[in-house]
Amino acid sequence: MERTTIDLWVGLFVLLGLGAILVLALKVGNLGGVNIADSYSVTANFSNIGGLKVRAPVKSAGVVIGRVSEIYFDGERHEAVASLKLDKQYSFSKDTSASIMTSGLLGEQYIALETGGDSAQLKEGDKIKITQSAVVLESLIGQFIYNKAADGGEGK
Amino acid sequence: MPSRFVKGVRRIGHRTINSLLRLGVASRFFVLVLLHSGSSFRRPHLIIKELFSTGVLSLIIILVSGLFVGMVLGMQGYDTLQRYGSEEALGVMVALSLVRELGPVVAALLFASRAGSAITAEIGLMKATEQLSAMEMMAVNPIARVVAPRFWAGVLSMPLLAAMFSAMGVFGGYLVGVKLIGVDEGSFWSQMQSAVDFQQDIVNGIIKSFVFGVAVTAIALFEGYDAPPTAEGVSGATTRTVVTSSLAILALDFVLTAFMFRGEG
Amino acid sequence: MTADNLVEFQNVSFSYGKRPILKGISMAVPRGKVVAIMGGSGCGKTTMLRLIGGQIRPSVGAVAVDGQRVHELDADGLYQMRRRMGMLFQFGALFTDMSVFDNVAFQMREHTDLSESVIRDLVLMKLHAVGLRGARDLMPSELSGGMARRVALARAVALDPMLIMYDEPFAGLDPISLGVIGNLIRRLNDALGATSIVVTHDVHESLEIVDYVYFVSDGVIVAQGTPDEMRASDKPFVHQFVHGEEDGPVPFHYPASAYGEDLRLGGKHA
Repeated sequence: MERTTIDLWVGLFVLLGLGAILVLALKVGNLGGVNIADSYSVTANFSNIGGLKVRAPVKSAGVVIGRVSEIYFDGERHEAVASLKLDKQYSFSKDTSASIMTSGLLGEQYIALETGGDSAQLKEGDKIKITQSAVVLESLIGQFIYNKAADGGEGK
Repeated sequence: MPSRFVKGVRRIGHRTINSLLRLGVASRFFVLVLLHSGSSFRRPHLIIKELFSTGVLSLIIILVSGLFVGMVLGMQGYDTLQRYGSEEALGVMVALSLVRELGPVVAALLFASRAGSAITAEIGLMKATEQLSAMEMMAVNPIARVVAPRFWAGVLSMPLLAAMFSAMGVFGGYLVGVKLIGVDEGSFWSQMQSAVDFQQDIVNGIIKSFVFGVAVTAIALFEGYDAPPTAEGVSGATTRTVVTSSLAILALDFVLTAFMFRGEG
Repeated sequence: MTADNLVEFQNVSFSYGKRPILKGISMAVPRGKVVAIMGGSGCGKTTMLRLIGGQIRPSVGAVAVDGQRVHELDADGLYQMRRRMGMLFQFGALFTDMSVFDNVAFQMREHTDLSESVIRDLVLMKLHAVGLRGARDLMPSELSGGMARRVALARAVALDPMLIMYDEPFAGLDPISLGVIGNLIRRLNDALGATSIVVTHDVHESLEIVDYVYFVSDGVIVAQGTPDEMRASDKPFVHQFVHGEEDGPVPFHYPASAYGEDLRLGGKHA
């Protein structure tokens, strides 16, 4: 076969392959979704993060506006620290509250932000002070049973 | 009978020594290929020519198989997921199984039987008809001129083929799930996008297929180069290429998966 | 070693594992001559060519080419040496994935920096010399046996080697091709001022064209001389070989026990 024909086919082949990778990255994967290239980081302390994972979404009013970039344990305060990367085009007040929620009953966990009334805005490196930890199903059930038992005791 | 026992032990020893020897020869061959790769990068046309026979000629089988595998995944996945009322997760299921496992593995298996066997047969025949010997006598190293370009062409085309397989499969799943069965298109894509992570899933899948490409091409080249220069020798080597590289793909897949996805959601 | 000899075997022995192939061979190939190495199939003729090309090493002794001992060369030296050798393999060994043109151009492209237009002219000259200039675009699979051998010959002389080796150049050819190849061997040798070694068992064809003959049998040289001496020789082996007699020093029968005994004639039947 002619050398130029081979070149053409191989060129097409490589383009098709790279195109497939691009499609996978943008259409199938999350690279095209929230682009956190232009972002700022804040941290939030939780007494319990439950099943929260790195790269879990950060949502506000249900819309993804960032991702959890890092989770580590603060040995002094014995709390979990999650750092969040938030999209630069959205700003939140200083007294924003962060809570760990679950999508659906057994779905993946995410962080929900709810803005407050402070006029000052969260900046790079700030810390979200008002946080609500993950609801751990076991302790919820435990609490429920404990309350039931207590109610029963009072009734007698 | 002690003599029979001794014979048995001896046979085991003989087999072990032989397979170790062969492994040694194969590793030496692999190192030689890597050492003599320089010239094929200085003359990229050698690689391009081989990319045509390993990559372009495998295109059809990869694209068609990818489409069908994706369509089957869409059908079976829907059947299972709708029992739990979560058919919107169909996209996630199709995409994750393709990108993480089926894409790299099935594409590599197809590649082994389509391109790997062809490489072995070609090199084996070149050896049987003294073409490699002739090249040596012309002061051209056959490993640098014949083997190395084929190796790099195989290694380069495998990830591209696997990506095409996965992309085609997702499209097949979309055709069946959304167009045929009627899963909501929006949630099909959005759930998929929020669940499939570029680094964690797609890049790992590409790494897998790269490793498979190295394994399959190296096995195919070695079997061809090592084949006895007869018709039976070459046909036996071709069979061994498909069997050995298929087993290697599955075993490597287990090891790689254990490393990549252990302890992940 | 005298400077007149391009190739010299100095008491060379070689064995594959425990099986001896060559047992103490000494011979010389003078410059500019066409020398034939003759012998029955499997007597170690091809092994001698591989020793000259440095593809294998002698167990004892040395092979010297142009004054250098081949097995003492390092990889680079060996490749330098091989660039000055051409070899015609038994069935041509053309590269099946390249056209006739590319086959002949192969060494020029690998070893020289010549431009494509110069290479084109050189290749066409070589192909013209073997009469196949018109077949340049054919693939090896489209050639007849004799044509493939001629293309391989053009490829072997592509870089104008000082030494051309032929491994059974006449095997499996029809009478016309046989004559064509025979004449080409002689003509190319004289035109290039090269030295040729022809390994063959085709007595009549080669006696016509060579200057000197070595007869090899069972790993040793049993006779040598010019073609005329060979034709006139009364040595039993040479006589048998030259005249193609069935039985002689090379027996018709593979060694076996006595025929009658084997058929159990006169013995007790079980």
